[in-house]
Amino acid sequence: MSTAADLSHDKLEQRSFPARLWSWRYIVLRRLVQLGILMLFFGTAHWAWEYPAKTPLLTGNLSASEFIGMVPMADPFATLQIFLTGHVLQGKVILGSAIVLGFYLLLGGRVFCAWVCPVNMVTDLAGWLRARLPIPAMFHVNRNIRYFVLAASLVLSALTGLAAFEWVSPVGMMHREIIFGFGAGIMALAAIFLFDLLILKNGWCGHLCPLGAFWSLVGRTAQVRVRYDKDSCTHCGECAKVCPEPQVLNLKHLERTGVVDSGECSNCGRCTPLCPEGSLAFDLRLLIRKPGADKSVSARRTK
Amino acid sequence: MAELNVARREFLVKAAQGTSLAVTGGLLWAYLVRQEAKAQPYALRPPGALAEKDFNAACIKCGECVNVCPPDILKLAPAGGDLPIGTPFFTPRIGACVMCPDIPCVKACPTGALSPQLTDINQAHMGLAVIDIENCLSWKGLRCEICHRDCPLKGKAITLETDPRGLSKHAVFRPIVNSDYCTGCGICEKACPTAEPAIRILPHALVQGKIGEHYRLGWTFDTEITQDFKPSDKAPETPPEPSGKPAGVDYLNEGGL
Amino acid sequence: MGLTRRDFLKTSIAASAAATVGMPLAKEAEAAVKAAEAGWQWDKGACRFCGTGCGIMIATKDGKIVATKGDPDAPVNRGLNCVKGYFNGKIMYGKDRLTTPLLRMTDGKFDKKGKFVPVSWDKAMEVMTEKFLEAYREKGPTGVGIFGSGQWTVPEGYVGAKLWKAGFRSNTIDPNARHCMASAVAGFMQTFGIDEPAGNYDDIEYTDTAVLWGANMAEMHPILWSRITNRRLTHDKMKVVNLSTYGNMSSDIADIEIVFRPSGDLAIQNYIAREIVKRNAVNWDFVNKNAVFATGPYDIGYGFRPKNADKFASGKEMEVVSNEQVHVIDKWEAIAQRRKEGEQVKQANTATAGKDWAISFEDFKAALEPYDADFTTAVAKGDPDESDEAFKAKLKQLADLYCEPKRKVVSYWTMGFNQHQRGTWVNEQCYMNHLLLGKQSMPGSGAFSLTGQPSACGTAREVGTFSHRLPADMVVNVKKHRDHSEELWHLPTNTLNPTVGSHFVKMMRDLEDGAMKWAIVQVNNPWQNTANLNHWIKGAREMDNFIVCCDGYPTVSAKVADLVLPAAMIFEKWGFYGNAERRTQCWRQQVAPVGEARGDLWILLELAKRVKIKDTWGEQKVPGLKEAGFEDGKLPSVLDEAKKMGYDPEMSLYDALFATPENKKTYKWPDKVAKGHDNHIAKNLGWFVEKAMFEEYRKFGTGHGHDLAPFDVYYDDKVRGLRWPVVLKDGKWTETRWRFNEEYDPYVKKGQGIYFYGNDGKALVMGDLDKPGDGSQKVKLDGKAKIYFRPYASPVEQPDKDFDLWLCTGRVLEHWHSGSMTRRVPELYRAFPDAVCWIHPKDAESRGLKRNDLVWVESRRGKVKVRIETGGRNRVPRGLVYVPWFDESVLINKVTLDSTCPISKETDYKKCSVKVYKA
Repeated sequence: MSTAADLSHDKLEQRSFPARLWSWRYIVLRRLVQLGILMLFFGTAHWAWEYPAKTPLLTGNLSASEFIGMVPMADPFATLQIFLTGHVLQGKVILGSAIVLGFYLLLGGRVFCAWVCPVNMVTDLAGWLRARLPIPAMFHVNRNIRYFVLAASLVLSALTGLAAFEWVSPVGMMHREIIFGFGAGIMALAAIFLFDLLILKNGWCGHLCPLGAFWSLVGRTAQVRVRYDKDSCTHCGECAKVCPEPQVLNLKHLERTGVVDSGECSNCGRCTPLCPEGSLAFDLRLLIRKPGADKSVSARRTK
Repeated sequence: MAELNVARREFLVKAAQGTSLAVTGGLLWAYLVRQEAKAQPYALRPPGALAEKDFNAACIKCGECVNVCPPDILKLAPAGGDLPIGTPFFTPRIGACVMCPDIPCVKACPTGALSPQLTDINQAHMGLAVIDIENCLSWKGLRCEICHRDCPLKGKAITLETDPRGLSKHAVFRPIVNSDYCTGCGICEKACPTAEPAIRILPHALVQGKIGEHYRLGWTFDTEITQDFKPSDKAPETPPEPSGKPAGVDYLNEGGL
Repeated sequence: MGLTRRDFLKTSIAASAAATVGMPLAKEAEAAVKAAEAGWQWDKGACRFCGTGCGIMIATKDGKIVATKGDPDAPVNRGLNCVKGYFNGKIMYGKDRLTTPLLRMTDGKFDKKGKFVPVSWDKAMEVMTEKFLEAYREKGPTGVGIFGSGQWTVPEGYVGAKLWKAGFRSNTIDPNARHCMASAVAGFMQTFGIDEPAGNYDDIEYTDTAVLWGANMAEMHPILWSRITNRRLTHDKMKVVNLSTYGNMSSDIADIEIVFRPSGDLAIQNYIAREIVKRNAVNWDFVNKNAVFATGPYDIGYGFRPKNADKFASGKEMEVVSNEQVHVIDKWEAIAQRRKEGEQVKQANTATAGKDWAISFEDFKAALEPYDADFTTAVAKGDPDESDEAFKAKLKQLADLYCEPKRKVVSYWTMGFNQHQRGTWVNEQCYMNHLLLGKQSMPGSGAFSLTGQPSACGTAREVGTFSHRLPADMVVNVKKHRDHSEELWHLPTNTLNPTVGSHFVKMMRDLEDGAMKWAIVQVNNPWQNTANLNHWIKGAREMDNFIVCCDGYPTVSAKVADLVLPAAMIFEKWGFYGNAERRTQCWRQQVAPVGEARGDLWILLELAKRVKIKDTWGEQKVPGLKEAGFEDGKLPSVLDEAKKMGYDPEMSLYDALFATPENKKTYKWPDKVAKGHDNHIAKNLGWFVEKAMFEEYRKFGTGHGHDLAPFDVYYDDKVRGLRWPVVLKDGKWTETRWRFNEEYDPYVKKGQGIYFYGNDGKALVMGDLDKPGDGSQKVKLDGKAKIYFRPYASPVEQPDKDFDLWLCTGRVLEHWHSGSMTRRVPELYRAFPDAVCWIHPKDAESRGLKRNDLVWVESRRGKVKVRIETGGRNRVPRGLVYVPWFDESVLINKVTLDSTCPISKETDYKKCSVKVYKA
């Protein structure tokens, strides 16, 4: 019996080589962005990159930075933790946080996770390997635990007077050590890699990371989202297979909303090029109509 | 009713499990963080760094101070090192603070962990120079005094005391550090010619003593004491009776002689 | 971090805990130290650096220096050292020590534009000799020069001088001491007729007053400074005065600091003399018996090229250099020199700057009259932020100290006086005041010139490695002196060239204009230490000449040379140094030279081996030869007479002058004085050259007030150097502490009291302030010194609107001279890595500069990039910047002015004008 879903599978299998390559476009782009940002930091720190002349190009790291001597940026989560320690924050870091927060409010909070965070490269690698190795699941953990970790880091920041997550964050360790010199942070990354590979699938990014949780909360208002076209969807499930946060692709929910509206979606672009029917695609939320509102528009935008 | 009880029991157990997990995890986490922060007293911070606890709280570990440091002496502590993770520090023997008049590191700090209130670099207190007088060439009588000559606050932060040597007709020039002026820049430690530096910068807390609050140095007249030692007119007030059990009563009543 | 902070605290806590509970940690450590020191061989030596001449002990093991210490028996330093001295043991072990000869070559052949390639010593010597003979044949004796050194050992300097003067018949030999001591020498010679100080370091422990005139002893003579400080602390009456053009470390213990305007010292000295006369403080008994009043011409120029300067100097430079022909009198000179402001004075006495004549006391007194406190303050106050009243009060205090009858005073100076466009004058002014007061040649009283190099006195001056000198204060242009030298050297009559050769700066000019085509450099870094460097670098690299540089390290001079020879450094050879208090000290070879390095002495002798008598003792052209008995331009052939004396024309200069059968027989190697120490030169040549040369050299001074003890006496274990004249008294070689003083000096007869025997037999023509008389009236000088009147003269280049700051250069304690040794000691390098430009905070601010900024320091001659420092050890007044010259990456001598004292030919590195702006 050949269902629509099977046909979709076949379509996927029979893709031409260029088409396969093309489906990697977002991954390649993400790596370029991730590495490019690190490169800008590194070049400024070590090779004194300047723009304009005599102004460092991009100082600092992902915790806080300054671009071309004018645009301050800061990690709003780190800033929030520091705020909770009781330290009276300076204007620069508040402005920097606001800029970054505003950016991700528009673009999707977890865009940071998929497009900027360097740990993503490690966990993606672990995920990719795990998909190809016969590694059974050890146990299941509720993905919502990250919100508890998030809450805990805020509570602990207030209690200990130290920005709790920043003092143990493997994310911080990784970009800091890439930009400013290596230390034992590499061990923490190895631990995350093994954890994700052998113990829990998508363990760090998908379950534990409070920064990801923070961005998930921020991401609810995102304007760039994956649009879902229920008419063309054959429910083949290919998207959920590659999605690191498959719960966001709850098709029943999507049928109602017509868009992946969960903050946990990181706009990583794995599902969209893969969908054999083209049912999933990036779009601006403002332009996405609710299902059934106007088919002609929807149809036009699908092709 | 029984079902409800089961559900309730399950809920309670789950709540207890969750709580204990949260508490254990939280304690472990807090322990890790505090352990990491413990090494703070050993770190030499850039100029203008807030006091120990405040600095730890405020530093966002971004390294912007590191980026702008002209002599490139600031580093961010790596994970697993001896100093609090991710925070800026310098090692004078390798690279001393050159005391930029415009203090770019302070200007670069986004959070105020390096306090913008520091506007005169000569007012910085990054640490305090301490001389090992047993191994200082100058204290031995050699004419070294490199620390004194190289000191950006020469004649204030490091002064020379001269004394006849006794052994010969050569005076001894002894460098002395004055904590009021020493900025802890570490130029002296870097320049010290001995195999291991005989002058080092240490954080104030590790070296400075403190005279008891109850005592004032009688020969320093810049204290609140005036030079005429007239007894005050008023008789001293009798201290108020302590509430509760008077002190000493327990001892007096315990018997056992 | 090797040892982390936490580790450090832990270990130090452990160490102190162990000490308190009596664990045998200290004893174990002591035993470990003892074990480590087993097998060390200790021997005496002298410090490699400044003219103080500290004694050190050197320990060697397995052919390497393992440690040094201050020699506790050395009277100069009693076991102490400054921080440079502390590193004597490390200076020879820099990473880039030269170990093999290097020649510029292209395709296996010498090429001036080629790259340096290692060659064998034979090849190096072959090319060097070939080029030497080429230059000699073309240009004659003046076409080959040697840049010698006040760091040459005594035998090295002696061999250099003899080879050049007797062998090559050339007086084109000049040491870097020209940059350092020449003005002091000229001052001594003109005033006393004999070189070097009357007093010694013991003065410090006798005196009541130390006046520093341009001598930052606190940094430049650290050990002597600790003696002065000790005196200041232990003797209530002791006062210290520091005169300088900027505030420096010596002011820290000074009672009075006087910051004067460059050249203001000339006025201050005359102010003091005027006060002495006005207050009737002149010691007439002393003056009548021991002194005559004298003066000389004022129109003596500034030591630039006498003619055709514009062929080499740029238009901007000529603004200053043109003063060599005509100088316009400024308002201060008008008063000081009894002239009119704006008067154009032709500099008529540039070639005869040193001539002098006697004057009456009345003339002398009249000449001093303009130098009152108002005038002196106007011309000499150096700090614009100081009030006239404050400055005048200090001048008065200074005069009070000099005039106080019972007060003993020593005046010290170094480069502040000597590197001075009127350096000889200002030296003589200092004697003027000491002689007027009768405070000279007595314990605790006298004018004392300090030296900057370890053997500026011992080698450069005493041996006479200058272009005008012969050993023991003799000069080439006096027939009697030549005759005496020719006799001692067994030379045919008229071998020695009577024309004064090119002095240091002139040698550079000779290279630039092609008059000199071959030069060798030993223990010297001329292309870093000569003012106005851009010219000389060009002269070396772009003219057709051949320059040999012998050094332990690749210096700037090696970089511009054509052949670089690896020189053995101090403790790799035997040697003598003579310090500023006439103390001659010695050391043995402690370790073998690194690689193929060889002593400078050996290099010179190898050159001598390759040049034959017939190459140089035939007729030679010598420009400017007008001495009686010589045909103009021709130095006669002495080959015939040489043959009569038994010399074969084919004989090498080495065999004729040095390795004589007698020397080889008398001075065999090994010698018992070696005590197991090696001598790479003696071993190579087969005879004890150093001893032979020292003994031969001794003959010059013996009986002439420069007596030295025999070679072996200095090597006695108990001897820590001896201050000459050293005479045999009661079977013991006895040194002289105060010269010209009957109590101490064997040359002064009983009953003579103070007696300046240097001028014995000489006379001076009587004249007036403006000119010598007709010669009918002469004053005999037996036993007398001269009290010169010398006027104030303005610096030839002064700040103006384009170049608005004074530039003064000098040293820092951590580094010595061009830094070629001290910058290679990692600890000293770290202590003061790069030169900085000290500038007044307000001057920095008004130029938009802040501390640590990189700036250009630019003059009419060149510019260098350097960081500015507004604090630290030097406190420069507004309007003046100070840059040390040790740093080859900050070649400040590209900026400085090559104006010299016209009498002493010593360059003035202390004043020129520059602008400073952000780089």
